[in-house]
Amino acid sequence: MSTAVKDIPSQFEAMDQSLESQMTLSMGPQHPSTHGVLRLDLRLDGEMVIKAIPDIGYLHTGMEKLFEYKKYQQGIVITDRMDYLNPLGNNLAYVMAAEKLLGLEIPERAQVIRVLMCELQRIASHMVWFGTSCLDMGAMTPFWFTFKEREKILNIIESASGGRMTPSYFRIGGLMMDLPAGFENRVKQFLEGFPDALKTFDTLITGNTIWHSRTQGVGIISKEDAIDWGLTGPSLRGSGVNLDIRRANPYTGYETYDFEVPVEPDGDVWSRFMVRMRELRESHKIVRQALERLKPGPTKADAPKVVLPDRDDMRKHMDSLIHHFLIVAEGFNVPAGEVYLPIEGSKGELGVYMRSNGGPKPDRVHFRGPSFVNLSALPVMSEGEMIADVVAIIGSLDIVLGEIDR
Amino acid sequence: MTEKLHEYVEKLKAENAEWVSEVKDALGEVTIVVPVESIADACKFLRNNLEFDLLADLCGCDRGPEEDPRFEVNYHLFSTIHHNRLRLKVLLPEDSPAVSTVTHIWRTADWHERETFDLFGVKFEGHPDLRRILLPSDFDGHALRKDYPLRGYEPYSMN
Repeated sequence: MSTAVKDIPSQFEAMDQSLESQMTLSMGPQHPSTHGVLRLDLRLDGEMVIKAIPDIGYLHTGMEKLFEYKKYQQGIVITDRMDYLNPLGNNLAYVMAAEKLLGLEIPERAQVIRVLMCELQRIASHMVWFGTSCLDMGAMTPFWFTFKEREKILNIIESASGGRMTPSYFRIGGLMMDLPAGFENRVKQFLEGFPDALKTFDTLITGNTIWHSRTQGVGIISKEDAIDWGLTGPSLRGSGVNLDIRRANPYTGYETYDFEVPVEPDGDVWSRFMVRMRELRESHKIVRQALERLKPGPTKADAPKVVLPDRDDMRKHMDSLIHHFLIVAEGFNVPAGEVYLPIEGSKGELGVYMRSNGGPKPDRVHFRGPSFVNLSALPVMSEGEMIADVVAIIGSLDIVLGEIDR
Repeated sequence: MTEKLHEYVEKLKAENAEWVSEVKDALGEVTIVVPVESIADACKFLRNNLEFDLLADLCGCDRGPEEDPRFEVNYHLFSTIHHNRLRLKVLLPEDSPAVSTVTHIWRTADWHERETFDLFGVKFEGHPDLRRILLPSDFDGHALRKDYPLRGYEPYSMN
């Protein structure tokens, strides 16, 4: 009675080797520092990682398939659930791709609000990254401080959109609705308190010698390798490449804002950490500028066949009522064509490939998630490191599994 | 707006005219349709000579079972030096769609190609480790094909 093992998947090939000095460790999928459900097959020699093989797909829910069965406006709520730490960024990439196909012009006020909200969301996303990556390495205190700041931003987002984690605030042709009364004061209040919070973080972590020895010289990836592996965003800038989509291919008026692109040369965990810490200050700067630019005006494009009319108009005008009925019941037709629209998400280049065949539902929507690509470079960074450093490297990549598995 | 992109197309044509079978210019984006057999050569030239050093994205697309050729693979090229973007496209037939890999040109293509193989069943010849990435290894069919039903054929169970 022997049970023959057939078709051993190649990720288990390490198990076939002699175990005299090496072992295979399956880390995850329930490991707390894998930021979701990521499993790593680690082949170890003592505590040193010889080979690391990420295994993903535990959160796969077929979102790209679902897009093809939903109308364009219904797809926005699906995007919220991809990178759930940066939902407004996902909304923006999706609606901008559709707007590009439709050829819509977005009014100035809507553009400014989009920038403002996206930068607030970037801060919130970096707060979660900061808290959890410290937590992974045993520093528990920063977590409470970062989540306090994140809570303030979520409250701001909730006041505008009604949703905390899943706002769906950006719509094709503009915004869901204009900002509520008192919104500017809420943002101002947050902006005033945030520099103090940054000081707290610096005191707790940035100047901390334990933190330095855990991060400096760990998980190095060279500039050439980083580009070859397709890293983008803070992970690429931590390797000394000055690339920010907000500067390289500007959108929603980012070319008119004054901000720096932080770059660090070393390519280790510390560099990626410092890039994000400096980015927080830049986002703070952008929010301040956007707040100054907020002028009264329309928040929706002048496209009655695409944008839902105001409730008030619907009570007074027959054609508004008809448009509302048609948009909700049948959707709107989008001219045939294909676009690839990249934006700078909080984790890197978030690209949407959208393809229309002329109907009210997209023919294909593909999300190029930055986490997906950044995680694929994990083996390069972690091979030759200690097993405890793998946790530090995963933290420094800032991955979200919802976006990787889609 | 797209003059600069057309310069790259001209340079590609000057290197080998057979690499370019069609050029489309729409919505400020330039798409080059490349014959299946020369995609790796064209990519290598664009990377080494025209500074398209970052493969931003690679994705499959199913035009529907009634179309011929049925499948597409789109390569979205980006340059960290001059910040321009190009889209390459190969068209593949319905029966055993296969195209040569570009993992030896950009290593980031590894996971993208696995994803396209997983969801569309496009084979990438020469890929070092072509197996499913998002769906389980014993999954039947390719979920993003147009003739695959939204809810699948039967409730999937890990057992």
